[in-house]
Amino acid sequence: MRLLDTILLAISALRMNFLRSILTTLGIIIGVASVILMVAVAEGARSEVEKRISSLGSNLLQLRPGSNRIRGRSVGADSRLPFSEGDVSDIRKKVPSVTAISGHFRRNGTIVYRNTDWLTNIDGVHSEYLQVRDWAVEIGRFFGEREYQAGAKVAVIGTTVARELFDDENSIGISMRIGDTPFEIIGVLEHKGATPSGRDQDDVILVPLSTLRSRLVKRHKLVPDQVGYVSVKIDETEDLSEAKEDIEFILRKRRGIKNSKSDNFYVRDVSAYQFAKTETQQTFSFLLAATAIISLIVGGIGIMNIMLVSVTERTREIGLRMAVGARRSDIRTQFLVEAVVLCLIGGIIGTVLGIGGAMAIALGANWPVLISPEVLALALAAAALTGISFGFFPAQRAARLNPIEALRSE
Amino acid sequence: MTRHSDMSVRNRSKEFPLIRTRKLGRLYRTGEQVVTALKDVSFDINEGEFVAIMGPSGSGKSTLMNLLGTLDLPTSGDYFLDGENVADIAADELADLRNRTIGFVFQQFNLLPRMRALAQVTLPLTYARRRSGNLKEKARKQLALVGLEDRADHLPSQLSGGQQQRVAIARALINSPKLILADEPTGALDTATSKDLMRLFQRLNGAGITIILVTHDAEIAAYAQRKIVFRDGRIVTNKNQRNSRLLKVS
Repeated sequence: MRLLDTILLAISALRMNFLRSILTTLGIIIGVASVILMVAVAEGARSEVEKRISSLGSNLLQLRPGSNRIRGRSVGADSRLPFSEGDVSDIRKKVPSVTAISGHFRRNGTIVYRNTDWLTNIDGVHSEYLQVRDWAVEIGRFFGEREYQAGAKVAVIGTTVARELFDDENSIGISMRIGDTPFEIIGVLEHKGATPSGRDQDDVILVPLSTLRSRLVKRHKLVPDQVGYVSVKIDETEDLSEAKEDIEFILRKRRGIKNSKSDNFYVRDVSAYQFAKTETQQTFSFLLAATAIISLIVGGIGIMNIMLVSVTERTREIGLRMAVGARRSDIRTQFLVEAVVLCLIGGIIGTVLGIGGAMAIALGANWPVLISPEVLALALAAAALTGISFGFFPAQRAARLNPIEALRSE
Repeated sequence: MTRHSDMSVRNRSKEFPLIRTRKLGRLYRTGEQVVTALKDVSFDINEGEFVAIMGPSGSGKSTLMNLLGTLDLPTSGDYFLDGENVADIAADELADLRNRTIGFVFQQFNLLPRMRALAQVTLPLTYARRRSGNLKEKARKQLALVGLEDRADHLPSQLSGGQQQRVAIARALINSPKLILADEPTGALDTATSKDLMRLFQRLNGAGITIILVTHDAEIAAYAQRKIVFRDGRIVTNKNQRNSRLLKVS
């Protein structure tokens, strides 16, 4: 018998018991749908986390004052020795794998242009800040090292500021005030969008950290030369952990930390997050796989049960088919294909429901979801495999029937 | 018949009958008990014959039909079908042999309940190893041959007993078999319908198909050329009927 004929036969046999077929395959439907839904949500979350991490930069080291080991304990601000301009220039000079380095000191401030004002984040950064952040200037330019050293009163604005203050009109060369100090706008940043937590990254003004220190912060609040947090970008071809050790060595030396003493700063590796993330992800994937396997086994038992019923009901048919020339393998194939078709129908319905559910979550709860074609293919393959494994025993039973007894049965 | 040409040549050279049984026996073991259903049965049936097999219930008729139809294997003796010893044929080839050579007609028709007449007739073709032509067209012709061309789309439940048996006969004929095995084909039909059916069998026999018919009805058996009577698993009579109704018709 041709396979196509067998498939058509299976479909017509299943249609004869339409309700029963659907109820039987419900286990598979629910199993496949829930797995697709869960994978979609998990993948969505994962890609979101990955996006965030790659927006930070995967070859990025972050320097923080304070001790890594006493994190979580309340530590007075004074006990944390901040990083200085000297730290930055030393690291830049002595660690060859550093491609860019920038301090980052943030304060809030109101900027004024004509009779409009806007409260925004004023970020004091170094001239290599954009390389560190994988960011770029859309219009105009960024400030250079010379302007930095000179403490030039120049500013590069984010797109939100450009919109709110200048209505998106050309603002290059315009002078505005931050507090009392006039700044010249030399560039507008590329649009970056919101962080996953919803903070608008474009609502910002970048100024030289040197200028911020001297012009925009009251002296007594700032240790001279302080640079805030420091981010270091490492050449992608270089070993990140080696660079990290180099930086730690330099900082310990500069801070006079003896070998036995613990650091009063820490260097965080963004890939360390990534590692932690993949570990939780593995646990999660394992749980998903376990759920999928259990639901498919439960669904498969339902399939086996109904296939056994079907074989018993159609004993006479099997006998007749054998009498008119069906080989035992033909009978086995017939019932096996029926089980597989049943599972595949369940798999397809489950897939559709799963995708629908994922879309509902995406639209309704505004949750990021991601449906990959591999997962769909895998779900259908798993459904088919369930059909083969759980359809085999009933099919074998059908194929082994004695034709005479089968023909005589009621 | 070209597909069996090699076999027919061999048969002719040995002058083998279509069916030959030699000391055929069938035992059934049920627990401790051994029941002899058939013992030392030997006979030949040539191609083109119309044979009735008679006997009271339990005489071994059905057992013999199962053996002749290769649905069952003998526990002793030999059965040669179309020149070949059935015991030497593997199960799959036996299924193919049934498909090509034998058409079954049953007392209870054995139509599949939710299949239309045309599909019922097509069924054996779907198991044929070699396909030829349009299956539906072939099945339609076969239905026309048994006078049911306008019932092709009917389900068994929409057909009378006689019509159902005709569908079953069309199904038996679809692969142009050499042999029709009919087990009490009129058992579930009334007298008039039975007569119609027997005339159909005579017509098929006239076209060269060998027919073996099991019946306990002497009226029905009278249509055959030869009558083999069984009792307690053995042949008690095996002779040609001179006053066969077949002769009257032809």
